[in-house]
Amino acid sequence: MKEKQQTSRREFLKTCVAGTVVLGASEGLAFAEKAQEVITARKSKVVIATDASLRTGSGVDPKRALALLDRAMKAYFSTRNPVDPWKKLVRPGQVVGLKVNTIAGPGLSTNRELVAAIAERLQQAGIKPYDIVIWDRTNRELQRAGFQLSSELNKVRCIGTDAPGVGYEDASESFGSVNCRVSKLLTQTCDVVINVPLLKDHGMAGVTLSLKNMYGVINNPQQCHSNNCNPGVADVAMLPSIRKKVVFTIADATTCCYEGGPRFNPQYAWEHNSIIVGHDPVAVDYTGWQIIDRKRVENGLKTLEAVGRGPKYIAVAADTNHRLGTNDPKHISLVQA
Amino acid sequence: MIGNIKFYVAVVIAVALLFAGTGCKNKAASAAEALPQSNQVTGWEKVGETRTYTPSNLSDYINGGAEQYIKAGVKDTVTSDYKFQNKIEAVADVYTMSDAQGAQTIFEADPAGNAKTVPLGDAARSYSQSLVFRKGPYLVRIVAYQDAPEVQQALVDLGRGIESILSK
Repeated sequence: MKEKQQTSRREFLKTCVAGTVVLGASEGLAFAEKAQEVITARKSKVVIATDASLRTGSGVDPKRALALLDRAMKAYFSTRNPVDPWKKLVRPGQVVGLKVNTIAGPGLSTNRELVAAIAERLQQAGIKPYDIVIWDRTNRELQRAGFQLSSELNKVRCIGTDAPGVGYEDASESFGSVNCRVSKLLTQTCDVVINVPLLKDHGMAGVTLSLKNMYGVINNPQQCHSNNCNPGVADVAMLPSIRKKVVFTIADATTCCYEGGPRFNPQYAWEHNSIIVGHDPVAVDYTGWQIIDRKRVENGLKTLEAVGRGPKYIAVAADTNHRLGTNDPKHISLVQA
Repeated sequence: MIGNIKFYVAVVIAVALLFAGTGCKNKAASAAEALPQSNQVTGWEKVGETRTYTPSNLSDYINGGAEQYIKAGVKDTVTSDYKFQNKIEAVADVYTMSDAQGAQTIFEADPAGNAKTVPLGDAARSYSQSLVFRKGPYLVRIVAYQDAPEVQQALVDLGRGIESILSK
């Protein structure tokens, strides 16, 4: 049984890697030919899109970031028009939050060009600029990561929970091991939130991606790090406001780190030039974990599990108490776009 | 008589506490001063205020990385942003541990990888975009956010500036 599970995980990993290699070559083909879908009913779909030529000079090319996003979203929602996927996620009149991750500073934060591309498509789907809110814990972290703060009408908003007049709810929410006050940007400002985390190694949790990014929504993340953040990560993701409002994940895997995270340790950062999208945060996180493990092995390091940092919270998030998604590769439909 | 003894004991305790408090303040101040001002090291400009973190709020700064430092006995952390020749952004952290062993524990927890050793502090590792060294109870970490041929040496220079202040 164990051997079967290992084989399954190995095959899943192979798919992750093969896709990365093949994708650069597939550019220029029609969408229908590119998307190598593995559609199976009742599986959680996860799309990985990669562009080996994503960068020009020192940064990500905004046009290529938009094209990469389109490729991922069209493959996920099986559409040909790049705006149609967004109409399935949001509707005009809603305030749409983009929860980014900026704690590690400019070297290892959610990519600005990717966020700009998301904001562009949201506007084309009928969301007013002011109804798009890029947010994280603090103004300072957002600015350090290169985001420009804004609360101006007719512009996309960008604001931290610590901004004057924002803050956390007075009343706390609980689930399992956690009791937290949630950012008012989630509870009061936004109608829906698209989670835009960054794929990183994490010294305690093992991996930080969709689920762990919710630590940036609560007032007391430091109290949720015990026991390798388990079951803290899964429990935080179960808080009612988070479950209600966070509707989709667009995970930034353009620049990631496979060791030394969650801080920016340049020697362990690499340009993966991918994004991972899906409704199921557990499946997205499981996929991200495999990518990090693969990179660790390539670089002569042991897997996260072998060094005692396997992200146990991913399995917990999938258990019967949480049911936030699936971590079983047999139930994840991984699509390379 | 007993009342007098109690009074003297109270005075001694109060004086001891006062000195202990002053000692802590001096220590924290010296760590904060370890971050060089603009042009104290050639080419480097200090572009942000000095921020100080205690063990209780260190996770606000380094998230899940904090636990490792707390376990190793971190007392306080100071950090500031820098810019080299107005183009390379960097951040410098000085962690004051309770003793040299704590600094060594953190230093050795990271695999050396392709680091170059440089003569700095008690031990140092230099990478193309980062520098880590320890000196007594201090653990210093400097990270550049851009890569360029001159960055590695520039980080070592900034590290030397910090080391010379810590040595005073």
